[in-house]
Amino acid sequence: PWTDKLQLMRPEDQSMIPMYRVLDKNGRILNSSQDPLVEPEKYLKMYKCMLMLNTMDKIMYDAQRQGRISFYMTNYGEEATLASAAVLADTDLIYGQYREAGVLLYRGFELHQFMDQCYGNCDDKGLGRQMPIHYGSRKLNFVTLSSPLATQMPQAVGSAYALKRAKNGNCVIVYFGEGAASEGDAHAAFNFAATLECPVIFFCRNNGYAISTPSSEQYRGDGIAGRAEGYGIAAIRVDGNDVLAVYNGTKAARQYAVKENKPVIIEAMTYRVGHHSTSDDSSAYRPVEEVQQWEQDSPIARFRLYLEAQGWWNSQAQQEFLTSAKKQVLEEFSKSEKKLKPEWQEMFNDVYYEMPDHLAKQMKYMENHVKLYKDKYPVKDFKTTI
Amino acid sequence: MAFTSNVIQRKFIIKSIFNKIMDSQCTNNLFRLCSARLSSFSEAYSSAMSGNKTKLNMYQAITSAIDNSMSTDPTAVVFGEDVAFGGVFRCSVGLQEKYGKDRVFNTPLCEQGIAGFAIGMAAAGATAIAEIQFADYIFPAFDQIVNEAAKYRYRSGNMFDCGRLTIRAPCGAVGHGALYHSQSPEAYFSHTPGLKIVVTSGAINAKGLLSACIEDKDPCLFLEPKALYRSSIEEVPTDHFVLPLGKAQIVIPGNDLTLIGWGTQIHVLKEVAAMAKKQFQVNCEVIDLLTILPWDQETVCNSVKKTGRVIISHEAPLTSGFGAELAATIQEACFLHLEAPVQRVTGFDTPFPHVYEPFYLPTKWRCLQAVQEIIKY
Repeated sequence: PWTDKLQLMRPEDQSMIPMYRVLDKNGRILNSSQDPLVEPEKYLKMYKCMLMLNTMDKIMYDAQRQGRISFYMTNYGEEATLASAAVLADTDLIYGQYREAGVLLYRGFELHQFMDQCYGNCDDKGLGRQMPIHYGSRKLNFVTLSSPLATQMPQAVGSAYALKRAKNGNCVIVYFGEGAASEGDAHAAFNFAATLECPVIFFCRNNGYAISTPSSEQYRGDGIAGRAEGYGIAAIRVDGNDVLAVYNGTKAARQYAVKENKPVIIEAMTYRVGHHSTSDDSSAYRPVEEVQQWEQDSPIARFRLYLEAQGWWNSQAQQEFLTSAKKQVLEEFSKSEKKLKPEWQEMFNDVYYEMPDHLAKQMKYMENHVKLYKDKYPVKDFKTTI
Repeated sequence: MAFTSNVIQRKFIIKSIFNKIMDSQCTNNLFRLCSARLSSFSEAYSSAMSGNKTKLNMYQAITSAIDNSMSTDPTAVVFGEDVAFGGVFRCSVGLQEKYGKDRVFNTPLCEQGIAGFAIGMAAAGATAIAEIQFADYIFPAFDQIVNEAAKYRYRSGNMFDCGRLTIRAPCGAVGHGALYHSQSPEAYFSHTPGLKIVVTSGAINAKGLLSACIEDKDPCLFLEPKALYRSSIEEVPTDHFVLPLGKAQIVIPGNDLTLIGWGTQIHVLKEVAAMAKKQFQVNCEVIDLLTILPWDQETVCNSVKKTGRVIISHEAPLTSGFGAELAATIQEACFLHLEAPVQRVTGFDTPFPHVYEPFYLPTKWRCLQAVQEIIKY
């Protein structure tokens, strides 16, 4: 359309995308037409995964403080993210950033697999090469995490294109934070997904902070969902502390992506209750009261109120589950801690599909060196085939 | 006397270290070693040349390689900026008509997106043949290539990989390309374990090596000197064939001096060899490295041990150019055989200039001067 009226389109004149919610803060369904009517078993699986994740986070965080693992990142406050996994097909491909351990847990990643990875021991499928929390599972279609932010986003789009061509009814979901969404790769991903019509769900965890940077210093538009229109992408903003809103939002997004072969952006508004990582003290840049306020409205507490009101959960079940969860985590933790590291020669493998000559020579050189200087290296902590 | 025995002793030590390395290469069956499996370049070359041939220039040979791959692999797709209508260098002409819009398509103008998208396709099991319009514009994709593609298999313990990825990019001088249509970025990538890097130098090896890259189980960067797209015209095998990656080609055999190069520079070095023979009666051995990573140390060092003298020449700047890696390895492996210091004739440590291109390039005259100096040394 043409206009003869000279007028700037000011951002403040645009309406904000509303936040979709199903449960109020007391765990009551606001609008019964929005009740997902999920069977109680599935709800309980989601809830137990949230509790288990929380239990594991506490123990692993402490383990890092004690110097037993080198690094850790908790999922506090964002546990409801895992509800998105409940609507995916097992064969849908998942790309993550790093704060989506709950999604893996829901998919069936076992406790010892988390811990084996954090310890980099001989049972870690990643062979101890990456920092803790860089999980991955071929079996569970969860692509191995990497540290560079947002790189997974255009990759997820490429995978979605390949799945579309394979015509198997699958889609890709890719998780990222609101900070990562500032990277150039996020722009690339949104635009490629739209123009190449890829069945991909962009799931943004907008938790208010990228390390110390508040979202007010990250962007000035209407969050991440507000960008969707400019790319020609469908979007929904959900209350990220409301399990049922995350569930419904992702379910609708998946249906749309698979049916239309088009991308969709979900922005889950939440709050990063924990420190960014074990290398960060968040009290240096945000008030403690702010954190405490959000702890009051934790996604776990809200979901618990809902479940108890339905008569599917109670204090006794809570106590029993937590006691058992803690026991399981501690048991697996101590098993993982005792395992040897992989053969140190694994350092040289998988750089290429086959080891080139120059690398074989370097490995051989190091074998000879370690034989000569055995007492100078932690050989006894590693498996050996010799 | 003392000097001679010292030399002999050093030779003995070197030999025994080398034998130790060779003896132990197959000790650990956990590790997939590739040394014994690869055929020599000349064997693969002659077997490929025995069938039917068609006269093609280099861009047509590249199209032919992609065409062959797409016809046998239904997952193979070609994409990049402006590839749908045939590409700005005509390398994908006719492919969209033949294979459809979902297999040959334009992407938005965004190199990091192209590389990331390609990695994702490959990780999902499809064959991704991506194009970066000029190698000069590959740097926005540097992060995806170096941090992601190259490390995918390693960091996941081989659970995931993007080995089915090939990135093609036109590179090198073209007469008037100035700063951003002339670069040779191979050395930047050669510092990245996990990548394979190939620079083609003619129509035949463009087809054989590109096919090898597409089929290889590692992510490959395939650099095409744009000056050769139309100028290299050869009788190219019509059917699908592959030439081995990681193998150099001895283009001209000789005994007095080894000349090493790749890409367009090989054609300069061939002229230099002819001039050296005529003017100084020097028989040069010209080696086309072809694969920059992993490079063929054996062919290079055998040649240098035979000739005792070596000149390395590339268009890219001198400092930290790939010639530096060759020179360091040669002096380490061939120390007792060298009769003169290793020489490098390369582009200068400046950006690639527009009107000064004739003075910037490592011309045949600069190479010839180097020959003159190295034989007198």
